[in-house]
Amino acid sequence: MTRIFIPCDSTALALGADKVARAFEAAAKRAGAAIEIVRTGSRGAYWLEPLVEIERDGARLGYGPLTPADAEAVLASGAHPKALGDVEAIDWFKQQQRLIFARCGIIDPLSLDDYVAHGGGRGLKHAIEIGGAATVKIVLDSGLRGRGGAGFPTGIKWRTVAGIEADQKYVVCNADEGDSGTFADRMLMEGDPFVLLEGMTIAGIATGATQGYVYIRSEYPHAFATFQAAIGTARKAGWLGPDVLGSGKAFELEARLGAGAYICGEETSLLESLEGKRGLVRAKPPLPAISGLFGKPSVINNVLSFASTPWILEHGAAAYAAYGVGRSLGSQPFQLAGNIKRGGLVELAFGPTIRRLVEDFGGGARSGRPLRAVQVGGPLGAYFPDHLLDTVLGYEEMAAVKGMLGHGGIVVFDDTVDLAAQARFAMKFCAVESCGKCTPCRIGSTRGVETVDKIVAGERREANVALLRDLCETMLDGSLCALGGLTPYPVLSALDHFPEDFSRRPARQAAE
Amino acid sequence: MVDSGWSEAEAKALIDARRHEKGAMLPILHDLMHRFGYIDEAAIPLIASALNVSKAETVGVISFYHDFRRTPAEGPVLKICRAESCQAAGCEDLVDHLERRHGLVADSHHGRVQVETVYCLGHCAASPAAMLDGEPMARLTRESLDACLAEIAR
Repeated sequence: MTRIFIPCDSTALALGADKVARAFEAAAKRAGAAIEIVRTGSRGAYWLEPLVEIERDGARLGYGPLTPADAEAVLASGAHPKALGDVEAIDWFKQQQRLIFARCGIIDPLSLDDYVAHGGGRGLKHAIEIGGAATVKIVLDSGLRGRGGAGFPTGIKWRTVAGIEADQKYVVCNADEGDSGTFADRMLMEGDPFVLLEGMTIAGIATGATQGYVYIRSEYPHAFATFQAAIGTARKAGWLGPDVLGSGKAFELEARLGAGAYICGEETSLLESLEGKRGLVRAKPPLPAISGLFGKPSVINNVLSFASTPWILEHGAAAYAAYGVGRSLGSQPFQLAGNIKRGGLVELAFGPTIRRLVEDFGGGARSGRPLRAVQVGGPLGAYFPDHLLDTVLGYEEMAAVKGMLGHGGIVVFDDTVDLAAQARFAMKFCAVESCGKCTPCRIGSTRGVETVDKIVAGERREANVALLRDLCETMLDGSLCALGGLTPYPVLSALDHFPEDFSRRPARQAAE
Repeated sequence: MVDSGWSEAEAKALIDARRHEKGAMLPILHDLMHRFGYIDEAAIPLIASALNVSKAETVGVISFYHDFRRTPAEGPVLKICRAESCQAAGCEDLVDHLERRHGLVADSHHGRVQVETVYCLGHCAASPAAMLDGEPMARLTRESLDACLAEIAR
């Protein structure tokens, strides 16, 4: 019996993984070969997807990117033009430091046995042994910061919730991964859902919360289905329920589907949405840790924050804090996207430069043209020109150049990009997705689009650039949440680093 | 997705199955979308009364979220991503191509295929991306879109 590993990750499906799987079945039938197809998550090397691995003499040998037409030849012989050998020996993988994504792409995502056989569950068992207070201390000491973008210390949130007496507390996972250029949450939920489930359960044990919710965006139907199935499996196996793994502690979990609103990735808007309301941002205070979901103390963290904690509990705070740079400790899954040759997920300790990722890992622009701008941190992140690509990827290091790391998305643009158009889009996106609660975001974004249009048209250019900068300042300082508050980042970075894109057309001053 | 035949009895059953869950509004709306393909006007008082909220609040929730349609889709729905990563990989050229070559105007809410703008489907390492009635597509080109539309037409 030859085992063949083929991803069921949704990007791999989008690239034809199902058709490739069917081709292998058909080829095996014709050849009379006994095969077992195991559907895995993706390893994150999307430039090689559909990436198929075949077990030969106890080793997994990779082939990719495959088309259905390749199946017959790959099955017949190990030698094939698309043969990659041991996938983990490829430089692109060898240099990675995979803590969160250690199992992703290797195991059957819905096999709890596979999960445990590959080291899953040890963190939760340790948390149960040492109890809530000691668990919170380890997460605090590890230096783990929120991976959703804000970088707030996870341990402080947990300690706050743990310290409050309440009849009900909640653990809420923000899986509303709406930033363009990011897909780590999706890939993890599709490829290793149990690690998120384990991390949330650890949070429950640590804080005394007995109910968890995962809010998954509706653009991720595969992730939602996989995670829901994982919850069912975990419940049957006693990982969830009134007595988690015989600990005497209760924890239940429910997956909820978002409905296409970017703003619901903002934590208070997400809470409103979970409560069944319009996703309007709440004013803080009160902090969600004190009065969160249904008015109860709630831990809210990103998928990657929760999924980091099993490793931390298993290996200890010091081992985790040994990774990283400055005050950015541990590992960060960077996501290479846009116009890039080798796009995918690269998990590394904090500290690489943007250039290392886009050039060494990414291989530059897929179009073969020179690279001109790199947007880091999603639609609210800054656009960087070449001379800033040596910036180190850490929370403080990015802030020092008026950017942010966000959720770790890195989008590459070649020299055909028009940064004035990108600045306009940033404002337009904010206008489309604004919840409407605060004026700087609701009105400012529309005025921003109009002002960029005037600048590009050459209408009183200098005065309108000054006005746009002034508007950005108002949005930065006066918005209720990060949507209006950070939309100025891409706009100002475009103005600062690519001013020539705003003055391509002649000025129309005289016409005024 | 089922888009035929509004049934008050079925809608009531779907609403009743969830009305006691905490924060049941979105799950109920998703169930109705899944069954009928849209939220019928007649569902609004049913939801409002089951959840003890006003009809205005119910409409407010429905209108806030991009996913909830008030009328059935006329044909297959092609959600095309037009966020930054897909922009970098040429999605706007595809949107133009859909309009010029196939007469399909994004967000016009009519045509044999409804083309809708979305912002990010999470396939950013293989941009440009789209989703056709829930089926993901990535590394799209004009040619692959043409082939996909020819498939639908058959």
